[in-house]
Formats: sequence, structure tokens, C-alpha cells
Amino acid sequence: MQEHDIDFDAILGRYRADPFAYRKVRTAHTGRLRCKVREGDEVVGPSGKFRHIPGTLLYELERERNLKRITSFINGQVAMVRSDLEGSFVEAGEHVLTIRHPLKKREIVEDILRQVLTPYTAPERAKYFFSLDLQSSIDKYGQRSVSIKPGDEILTMSLMKRDTPVYYDGEPGIIHSVYFKPGVSVDQGEPLFGICPKDRLPLIEKIITRVKAEWE
Amino acid sequence: MEDLRKRLLKAEERISYLGWIKEGSEWANLPALQEKLQGLRDAFYEHSHEHLAEKIGALEESLTFLESRCEESLSPMERVRIVRSPLRFSLKDMLENVYEEYTELGGEEDANIDPALVAARASIARRVKNKVVMQQVMVIGHEKGQGEEYRQGGSTKPWGNEKALRYMRVAETEGIPIHFYVFTPGAFPVEDYPGAGQQIARNLYAMAKLRVPMIAVTSEGGSGGAEAVGMGDIRLMFSHGYYSVISPEGAAAIEGKIREGVKVPKDLLENCAERLAITAGDNLRHGTIDRVIQEPLLGARRDDFAFFRRVKDEMIRATDEVVLKTKSLRAFRAYELKMEKAGADDDLRGYVSWELADDEIGRLILYRSRKYRQMAIQGYREHLSTGAAMYRRLGRGLAKFYYTLRYDVLKSRHKQVKKVMEDVSGEGSVLIKQVSAPFTAAYDFITRKPGSRVARSSAGWGSSSPEQIEYGEIYTSSLANEDRTVSCPNADKHGCKDLWVPDLYGEFCGVCENCGHHFPLEYQWYMKHLFEPDSIREFNADLASINPLSFPGFDKKLEAARKKTGRPCAMITFDARVMGVDIVVAMLYSDFRNGTVGAAEGEKFVRACEIARIKRRPLLSYVHTTGGIRIHEGTLGVIQMPKCTMAVREYIDSGGLYIVVYDNNSYAGPVASFLGCSPYQFAIRSSRLGFAGPRVIRDTTGEDVPPDYHSARSALKRGHIQGIWDRRDFRRNLHKSLMTMGGGNLYYR
Repeated sequence: MQEHDIDFDAILGRYRADPFAYRKVRTAHTGRLRCKVREGDEVVGPSGKFRHIPGTLLYELERERNLKRITSFINGQVAMVRSDLEGSFVEAGEHVLTIRHPLKKREIVEDILRQVLTPYTAPERAKYFFSLDLQSSIDKYGQRSVSIKPGDEILTMSLMKRDTPVYYDGEPGIIHSVYFKPGVSVDQGEPLFGICPKDRLPLIEKIITRVKAEWE
Repeated sequence: MEDLRKRLLKAEERISYLGWIKEGSEWANLPALQEKLQGLRDAFYEHSHEHLAEKIGALEESLTFLESRCEESLSPMERVRIVRSPLRFSLKDMLENVYEEYTELGGEEDANIDPALVAARASIARRVKNKVVMQQVMVIGHEKGQGEEYRQGGSTKPWGNEKALRYMRVAETEGIPIHFYVFTPGAFPVEDYPGAGQQIARNLYAMAKLRVPMIAVTSEGGSGGAEAVGMGDIRLMFSHGYYSVISPEGAAAIEGKIREGVKVPKDLLENCAERLAITAGDNLRHGTIDRVIQEPLLGARRDDFAFFRRVKDEMIRATDEVVLKTKSLRAFRAYELKMEKAGADDDLRGYVSWELADDEIGRLILYRSRKYRQMAIQGYREHLSTGAAMYRRLGRGLAKFYYTLRYDVLKSRHKQVKKVMEDVSGEGSVLIKQVSAPFTAAYDFITRKPGSRVARSSAGWGSSSPEQIEYGEIYTSSLANEDRTVSCPNADKHGCKDLWVPDLYGEFCGVCENCGHHFPLEYQWYMKHLFEPDSIREFNADLASINPLSFPGFDKKLEAARKKTGRPCAMITFDARVMGVDIVVAMLYSDFRNGTVGAAEGEKFVRACEIARIKRRPLLSYVHTTGGIRIHEGTLGVIQMPKCTMAVREYIDSGGLYIVVYDNNSYAGPVASFLGCSPYQFAIRSSRLGFAGPRVIRDTTGEDVPPDYHSARSALKRGHIQGIWDRRDFRRNLHKSLMTMGGGNLYYR
């Protein structure tokens, strides 16, 4: 992707026109469905210091006389409810309702970054750590000053008590954003970090600044 | 004019104090008096001295009348407000006015490991025949600080109670009496090391056999926090103080099922305070305290110096009494006690040295043990005919004789002989081996078959164990009789699949096959799976919980619990066998009032300790669930904490092995006393244990706690328990622990 490929005005314009994320809520498994919200209802996500207070009850799903109460994982407004499914037996993965979630400044920045950065995804479900060399460089010069190129040992994958080195095979650049925490398991295919070619860094920073300045 | 101004200010203080007690200034003619006072204040310099003196005198007279009226009809909740008044005396006032000199230990003011608990070396003066004699004591108590935030209103943190224990030990080393002053609304309920409940349990365990006289006096006795420094040889109480199992607000929230954050209605609060029997009079009547120290009208305040003088006399008298009781010179003792009772002046009394000889210390501990053993005996019911009682006494006597003969006489001889034989055979075998070794080696070489190996000897205690029989098939939980599925609470985290109930409660023993989460199972499951079939012999099964405080509505609740369980109280005590090891078991179970401990449960536990002691058997406390001390029994319930801990201490000291296993939910008083004091505590996976539940912690500390704060794993990390057991391995683990911890001394050291 080249510098001119990114039309920042178009990206920002899209968020300005519709600053919401539309999250589809799907059934985890089969069962008889009872919706507990209506279109237009405000819902809240988990709250409390430890996010231990569950969010608004969205729907109940009963299978084998086991009633499951599914609560909202995000705050927002119910944009759509499949009222035709009410009381019927549904399959797993059925789209039940959509929550319109108002995006925060941080979420917009993250969203944009995910679009413009090249993600490096987890090859396996495992725990990841930066390789010792890379970690010491990051500690010394800061994250955005360390560039990586193909063939560099970048990560240590800790799986089944074995540590396997992971070598970088993407385009050269700097590590802009890190999405994993050391010692916490990451699912296969989840982004571990976002890479940005060195020459595009000022541009990305510009857009972040613009979002931060322009968004309320 | 200056003295009139002072009198007016004092009158103002008295009016605001009355307003505090009555929670508002609308009581009787308080508003009129307030108006009168305001008028006098506004026109203070306009009146002549005589006129003003007359007016103030009249105001004071009216106030005195009002105070006496208030005193006559003081409700328990008003007493609570007196105790919580900022004008009430605190420990610092005691130290300054009752004692001559004092040095605070373990920190000063806010530069302190825990400013809510003060320990001080102090000297108390007594006049003996015109001579002043100083006697040394250790003073330990709570300091409310009257508005100093760093004191947390006298709520001691766990490390504060640890400090108390440290200085109790110092007093023990130095052989000086301890004066405890209890001014706490309750312990600060955090689990940070050493843990609120754990430390209270350790304190109680240590105090049970502390080798010095201890006098405890209570002004504000809030449950477990009070017990941490309250196990006195003589327990006194200030007449306007309160001593309670739970704060009236807490009791009202439970009784009225008040949701968190909602204010408790005033009437309910008053009712609860009344029902809990928290006043000095109530406690004296129930025998949880020995004497009451009379306070002036509406309770003593910080400037009641006559009261401090009385406290000093009472403390000296109480300490003398404890010391004199232990003296071997009976005549001297009797004379002194007579003088004490007659309330003779200091001059008439002789000097009593507070140092105790070894035999006197023995008696001191014996009397303490007897004192706590007799507490709250009116709080339970036991249907026993004269014949049955005699039969039981006879049986107990015979058992005592048999087990003493078997273990003390025969076994100790047997042990000695065995030891000699072992020594002799050990020596002999070395000698023989030296001579025979070359021949044996040659024989082995000749007779060895190709490929054969020397068999390893079976390691173990005593004879090799027979094949272990599992009894898992004999009982299936009644929970399994339902055709439905349930979800594991860890499904989101570990992706556990739904579990079919007949599988879960049958084959899987209530354990999620994916993540190992333990679903609660009924106590009967454990009784059937843990012990050898037909080895359970229940005892004291007729001991029943009652409603000793006549708590309204509690009789019905008790009846419902009896109907539901078919048992008379929340504790089952029995003899049982685990893989060939005879043990005594005390089990608290959830179905009866959520496993709460009252006088009946406490008495049953103490008797189980005694039986385990007589029979020289290991004692297992299996806590299926306990919700704490039963609030409906008031301080008769709280007193079970020292009473049962004393029994545990005596059992362990006499050579027993005490193991505690927690399951499901275990909280509050029992964990902070007779359970928490065990050196070997384990928990079943997915159980939760601690001192106070999340709501109480939030209310007290203002902080939320993580969802896993009370989990067994967190308890393990904090050092509360020694291990987490899988339910399916309970039997094996218990046997292993009995063998490891008991070893050769399984049936007593």
C-alpha cells in the first residue's frame, strides 16, 4: 500500500457520517429464543471495577431445559431485532439482533489503525513474548523506533511448555501497535501487532492527531 | 463571667449530646431548651451576673431532668449511638487517666503499623497502707481516634491484630497481666496477609493458653474484631457499651433483605438492636460477661474523671481476683476475695503480686478453660432422660478408662519395648550382616536367575495396605434425577460444553469434565463416598438449636430447617473410618440455616473435640458450608468462637491431629476461630472461603473486590490453606494427609 492509496478524508468522512459500530449478536448454540429487548432500547455492557456486573439482558436461549441468559457485551442501542424468531427454535450462529454502538475516539483510532497498518497474526493459539533482542531494543529506544525486516526473530511462542522462535516474514517496517499481552493466550489468527512502513509513520501519526483533535 | 460562659458551653454540649442520642433535636422539650440556650447566648452580655447564673442554673436543672428521663428509657440503638458518639472516651483517655505511665509499642499515632490497635506497656498505681505501689501491665485495645481518619474508627486491620498477638507474647514472656480494651465496630475485613479471619483465629488460639492473667473490658464489641483481643479470664463491660454478633445495621440488612445501597428503615434498625440483646445487662444475663462497670448518666465522656478512677479500681480488682483464684493459699485467697466483694478501700486491701508461679499458671489456664466451656450452655436443648444421661456418663467413663489403658499405659509401654527391640535388632543386624555378607553375596550370585530383579519393598506405615476399595457406585446424588443440561460457569473462559445433569451428578461427581469446576453437591454425598460403609456412628444427635433470645420469627425458621433436614442443628458429629483409619468428624452443612454456628453447633463441636481426645483419634472438620455465626443467637453465638477454639487448642496440645477441609462457601466467625486455627487446612476445588463477603467488604472499605477474591486458589496464594483437593480424590487425599501429618503419631503423639 502506498502513501497516496490512503484517502484520509474518505476514512474520516465515513466515521463522521456514521460514528457507530454495528455489532451483530448471534446465538451461541441452538435453542428456543426469547428476546428481552426491543428495537430502540438502550443497552449497557459489563460494568464494575472488574467488569463483573453483567450488562443488559438481551435474550434467553433454552436448550434441554437449560435456560441461558445472554447479556450485552457492549453499550449502545438495539438497532434491529429479529422478532420473527421470537419463541422459535433457532440454529447456532443465527443473527438475533444488532447493537448500534457509539464509537469513542479511542475506538475510531484503533479502527483506522487496523485498516492502515499491516497486521501480523498469531500462527497458533499460544502465549507470545517479544524475543529477547527485540524486547531489549524496545526497552532501550522505545517501541516505534525499532524496525523489523523479514527473517528477524521477533517473537517467542510459548506452547505446551515449549518455546519456539517466530521469524518475521512480512514487509519491513516498525511495530506501531501491539495487541497482545505477554503471558496471555492469543487465539490463532488474532492480530499480534500492526506493522507500518517507516516512511508512512508521520502520516499515520498525523491522522491520529487529526482524529484526536477533531473528535469530541 | 468566665465560669458562666463555660457552664453555658457545657450546657450546649449536653443538649447536642442528647440530640445525638435521640437522633434529632425533636425529642421531649429539647427544642425549647435549645431555644432558651440560644436566647442566653445571644443576650449573654445584656444580663447581670446573678440573673445569668440563675437562668443557666435553671437550664442545667432542666437538662439534668431530661437526661435522667432519657437514661431511664434508653433503647439499645440509643446505646449504640452513645458508644459511637465523638464525645465518648477512647483508649487514649484510659491510658492517660487509668494508668500512671505508658509507652506505646509498635508505632505511634499515624506512624504505626495499624493505628486502630494500640499496644502499650503501662504501669498502674495502687495505694497500699499509704504507700503507692506501681504494677506493670500490658494494655492492648482498639483506638477509635474520635475523628482521626487513620484510625478507621477502631477497625483493626489483620496486621494490627498480629501486633496485638506479638505484644501478648511479650507480656507472656515478662509475666505481666494484660488489660484488653475493646472499642471496635468489627475487624477490617480484608484478606491481605495475614488475613483478617486467620489472624483472629491465631489470636484466639494463642490466648486460649496464654500464661498470664487477662482482663477484657468492652465498650464497643463488634463480633470477630472484638474476640481478637477479648478472651479474658474476667470479661467486663461498660454499662453503656454494646457487645454484639453483628452491627445492628448489618443485622437489619439481613433480616429485612435490604438491597445494597438502600438505607435501612429506622424501625427495623431499632427492632434488630433490641432483638440482638447487645446491652451490658443482656450480656450479663446471658453470662457472656462477668461484671458491668457502671458509667455516669448517659455514658461516660472524655472528661468524666471519677469514672476513670472507678475503671482503675475495677481493673485492679479484676486482676487481683484472677490472680488470687490461682493462689494455693486458700485462706489468704478467701480473705482477699471477701474484701474485694465487700468493696474495701485500697488501703484495707493487701498488696497482691501479679506474678504467678508455674502451678498457679496451670490453675489459671484450667479455670479459663472451665469458664469458656460453661459459656452459652443455656443456648441449646438436649433431650436426655436421667437413665440415658447416666448411661452416657458411664459409657464415657468406660471409654476414658479403656483408651487410657490402651494408649497411655499399654501403647507407651509397647512403644518403649518396640524402640528397644528396634535398636537392638538394628545393632544386631549390622553385626550379623558384616559376618554373613560374603556368604550371602556368593549364594545370590549362584542362585540368581537370568533377567530376575530384586523386588522393591512396599513403603508405608505399619502393615502394607490391602487393596483399596472404592465406594463410588453405592450412592448417586439425588440431583442427578433430572433430565436437563446445565452450563459450566467457566464456559466463556474455557469453552466448556453444556453438561447433562444425570452425567454431571452421577458419573462426573458434580465436576465439569472440561475445566474441573466443582458444582455443589449435598453433604450426604460426602458421607457416603468419604467413609467406609457402615463406619459412621453419629453422637450427640439429640443436641438441638433453640431460639435463646426469643428472636421473633426465628422459631418458625428453625422449625422449617428441622423439617427440611430432619436434623436438630447445623452440625453433625460422628465417628467414621477412612481407608482403615478411625477418625472423629465434625461436619457443618448448608441445608440447616446455611451452616451457621450457634450454641448447639458449638457445644457439639466441643464435645467432638473431647471425644476425639478420649479416643485418641484424628479430628476432621469438614465444612460443607458455613455462613458464619448465627446472628439470631446474639453474643451466645459469638462466644462459640473462643469456646470452640479453646477446645481445639486443648485437643491439639494433648496430642491430636486436627484437619479442616472447606467446601462450597465458608465465611466469618467459624473461619476466624476454630476452623482457621487448624495448622492443616485444605479446600475442595471451586470453593470460596474468607472472613467477610464482598458486600460487607464494600460497605466497610469502600472498595470493590475482584470476583476471585475468596476463591480457594486465592486462599492458597495467601497461605490460608495448604492445598486444593479434587472432590473425586477427597478420600485418597484425606487418607494421605492423615498418614503424612499423623504418621507414626496418627493416634496421638
